[in-house]
Amino acid sequence: MYQTTYHRASSVDEAASLFSKSSEAKFLAGGQTLLPVMKQRLASPSDVIDLAKIKDMIGVEASGDTLTIKAATPHYDVATSDAAKKAIPALAYLASLIGDPAVRYRGTIGGSLANNDPAADYPAATLALGATVKTNKRSIAADDFFKDLFTTALEDGEIITAVSFPVPQKAGYAKMPHPASRFALTGVFVAQTKSGEIRVAATGASQSGVMRVPAIEAALKANWSPSAIDSVNISASGLLSDIHGSSDYRANLVKVMAQRAVAAAG
Amino acid sequence: MGVEGIGARVVRKEDKRFITGKGRYVDDIKLQGMTHAHFIRSPHAHAKVKKIDSSAALKMPGVVAVLTGQQIVDDKVGNLICGWAITSKDGSPMKMGAWPAMAPETVRFVGQAVAVVIADSKNLARDAAEAVVVDYEELPAVADVHAAIKAGAPQLHPEAPGNQVYDWVIGDEGATDAAFAKAANVVKLDVTNNRLAPNAMEPRAAIADYDAADEHFTLYTTSQNPHVARLVLSAFYNIAPEHKLRVIAPDVGGGFGSKIFIYPEEMVALWASKKVGRPVKWTGDRTEAFLTDAHGRDHVTHAEMAFDASNKITGLKVKTYANFGAYMSLFSSSVPTYLYATLLSGQYNIPTIHAEVIGVYTNTTPVDAYRGAGRPEASYLIERLMETAARQLKVDPAELRRTNFITQFPHQTPVIMAYDTGDFNASLDAAMKAIDYAGFAARKAKAKGDGKLRGIGVSCYIEACGIAPSKAVGSLGAGVGLWESAEVRVNPVGTIEILTGSHSHGQGHETTFCQLVADRLGVPISQVSIVHGDTDKVQFGMGTYGSRSAAVGLTAILKAMEKMESKAKKIAAHALEASEADIVIENGEFKVTGTDKAIAFPMVALAAYTAHNLPEGMEPGLKESAFYDPTNFTFPAGAYICELEVDPGTGKTSFVNFVAADDFGRLINPMIVEGQVHGGLAQGIGQALLEHAIYDANGQPVTASFMDYSMPRADDLPSFNLSHTTTLCPGNPLGIKGCGEAGAIGASAAVINAITDAIGKNNLEMPATPDRVWRTIHAA
Repeated sequence: MYQTTYHRASSVDEAASLFSKSSEAKFLAGGQTLLPVMKQRLASPSDVIDLAKIKDMIGVEASGDTLTIKAATPHYDVATSDAAKKAIPALAYLASLIGDPAVRYRGTIGGSLANNDPAADYPAATLALGATVKTNKRSIAADDFFKDLFTTALEDGEIITAVSFPVPQKAGYAKMPHPASRFALTGVFVAQTKSGEIRVAATGASQSGVMRVPAIEAALKANWSPSAIDSVNISASGLLSDIHGSSDYRANLVKVMAQRAVAAAG
Repeated sequence: MGVEGIGARVVRKEDKRFITGKGRYVDDIKLQGMTHAHFIRSPHAHAKVKKIDSSAALKMPGVVAVLTGQQIVDDKVGNLICGWAITSKDGSPMKMGAWPAMAPETVRFVGQAVAVVIADSKNLARDAAEAVVVDYEELPAVADVHAAIKAGAPQLHPEAPGNQVYDWVIGDEGATDAAFAKAANVVKLDVTNNRLAPNAMEPRAAIADYDAADEHFTLYTTSQNPHVARLVLSAFYNIAPEHKLRVIAPDVGGGFGSKIFIYPEEMVALWASKKVGRPVKWTGDRTEAFLTDAHGRDHVTHAEMAFDASNKITGLKVKTYANFGAYMSLFSSSVPTYLYATLLSGQYNIPTIHAEVIGVYTNTTPVDAYRGAGRPEASYLIERLMETAARQLKVDPAELRRTNFITQFPHQTPVIMAYDTGDFNASLDAAMKAIDYAGFAARKAKAKGDGKLRGIGVSCYIEACGIAPSKAVGSLGAGVGLWESAEVRVNPVGTIEILTGSHSHGQGHETTFCQLVADRLGVPISQVSIVHGDTDKVQFGMGTYGSRSAAVGLTAILKAMEKMESKAKKIAAHALEASEADIVIENGEFKVTGTDKAIAFPMVALAAYTAHNLPEGMEPGLKESAFYDPTNFTFPAGAYICELEVDPGTGKTSFVNFVAADDFGRLINPMIVEGQVHGGLAQGIGQALLEHAIYDANGQPVTASFMDYSMPRADDLPSFNLSHTTTLCPGNPLGIKGCGEAGAIGASAAVINAITDAIGKNNLEMPATPDRVWRTIHAA
């Protein structure tokens, strides 16, 4: 690791102010990606601004038809939150599958979304549930948030403060874990909103990061059942291919995981 | 046996310090004035080192020196050696290229060191390393054995034309061809034994400390065999004569074979310590471990097995290409030859065997012994062949094995090994009963109803352990004898120190070796301590690998104990005014049999040291030593059966049950044996399902971190169902066979046999990743 200056911010405003004063600052929101990269000397921020201790940024709240997870809430808290389990059990379940226990105690939803790893779990739920990403500057709809691999709509220095998930009619998540990293080799989140919209998002599969799967959404709109997906054809074109999963295997997984997610959603 | 004697499930003495963070590993040691080394490693698989410019680095703060491969060659530090000479079938010796500790001219694998920065701290050394400019001229590289032996392939070493190290044969080719000519059935199989990265929890580390006044070196290192390290560093690398070199291997966090070898880093640390006049420390990181710890396995094999009309095996032909990587590591040459092909008879009566092994250089990390070393490759091949044969001949796989089991002992195989004892039917019976083999068909049918493909797979392994009779291995080309030494030091107060040439890096010697003493003297194990891992304390020793520490090391301790007890009995008899022949040892006392006359062991010890009243002519003191050289290998064997389900939608394997019925001879501590089997099975299952050290066609490693290299984790594994059947080893007085490698040797074939049974297709390579299994299920 190269030398860096660590700051523990006590408020969002302080964090933003620290960022603006630094030359090459990075926010630390759990550090499950940033710290390993820094240890390998692949990143060398001048300043590291820790968001994970900001009290206002931790917590899970259900209110009416919305579940709000504040950005510095660790995955473990979401997985075990009564509010999350009651409002959107599929989301709590997804959190319980992230990485391993050490990752779940440190990693946060804000960190995961801001990093937008193409195989991270939370982007699938955020996109499929049509969540709203709240920052210190604005609110961004999930459909507008994820841009490309490790790229989001966030501007330089913009801080995610919370994510608001509309409580769906039904939702389910199914994940084939990467055998080494435990990211999603492919994970699919399916949701039927209270207004009847069907949204399906897959992570770990596409070369461009998390994606909606319109063919499966259409099949499920016609018939909300795992068998409705049997005849859907998912193209391997544009999907990731590596030593752990070829693109046609991932195409298969998009289908199979979607079927299992629908079965789990009921 | 007593509560702490042989056979007792004694809790491990060493675990208190390991679990509470009080272990003392090499990296925990800090010496006055210590410097830190950071190696500059090649990013290329094959390149010429044109120029190294360290001028900028030398001006950086805290930098003590930048040393290069050319300097280490100029200083006449020896090239790395391979300690087992193999002769090709044409009578020529194996062909080896030179391996300097740092490359002066040519790098041949990614991670090979070309220079080292010595600085006041680890971070300063690393900073300076980034300022060293190495000018490489890239050369074409080759990583795959078949590509490496093709005409026109990139050549690694001028000494080894065609990248071939040797072409070695064993067995009777004519008799084997004749058997195949008469065969009723021939079964053919191609298998790849995937390359593995050992990944001990503690990375390798070394601290070298040169004392200029005494011209004496001390090396702290992560070694499984510190005496062998000293011998090699002294005799071959010109570091220092043995009496001027002390090697200490303190607590070592796992080895699995990878810490047998003497690596470039400790050679460089020793050399550099003298050059800079300060202690030099190097602690590898995980990336360096992936790039430079000797890898394991990596065979490509074609095999054929001949059967007569009654399904008896009549012959076996094997041709194996072994990938050695870029250089011949210390014992690499023996692994695919004498540790592999000599076990190709498995548990079976095979009248004639012929095997050919071609050793090949590639631009990859060197390959050497890794848990099992050759024997997993042999066992996997034979057990995949037996399963394939059962499917082809349409007989029950367990029954085909029984038809061919060796049942008479001793049994001379056609490939050197003479099995001393065993009961292969007993192990198979135990495993089949434990898994309810008879009820499998019903379970499979039920699973089908749930949409799952259920399979069962048998693996009946045998291995040669207790390595090894010195005369035998010497005749086969080994450069060392493989005996073990021990010393029993009784202190005047009756406590006991056992000095052993074995080395514990997780095996539990500090407990099991004390149990032998407790068993013989009836003293609590708290009165006994084990001393190992320091060449200044223990006279000599060959270390720990090849499941040898109990069968060889503990037997040496027994021999020393017998000598000590004999003297103690004389002292006791003298004190009790009785005949030596009437003295018996019970519960820590020396008693006159049939009387109530007794003297406590500490009083005997005290008498030996006060020497006020010893038998006429007896020397004072109570200390004895012994060297023990085994007369044969030992032959642990067993039957593993795996039952699992495959999800046809994803190709993912889930275990239903895994039973292991092992015959290890006598068990010293069954709890520790079970732990060894659990760990071995995890590694065997890891090889079958998860682990694979992969290179791309240009020799770039693809799996050099835990983000890509799939190490098995607890939730990848089933709960194991273990049992033991026992035939005592006749080769040593304790009847021990060894248990350290069995799981890694037997498990892989059971898993692949079960998956291929589940999916109804026989050809499936390891690791059986979900993608690979799914593809195989759905292949036309």
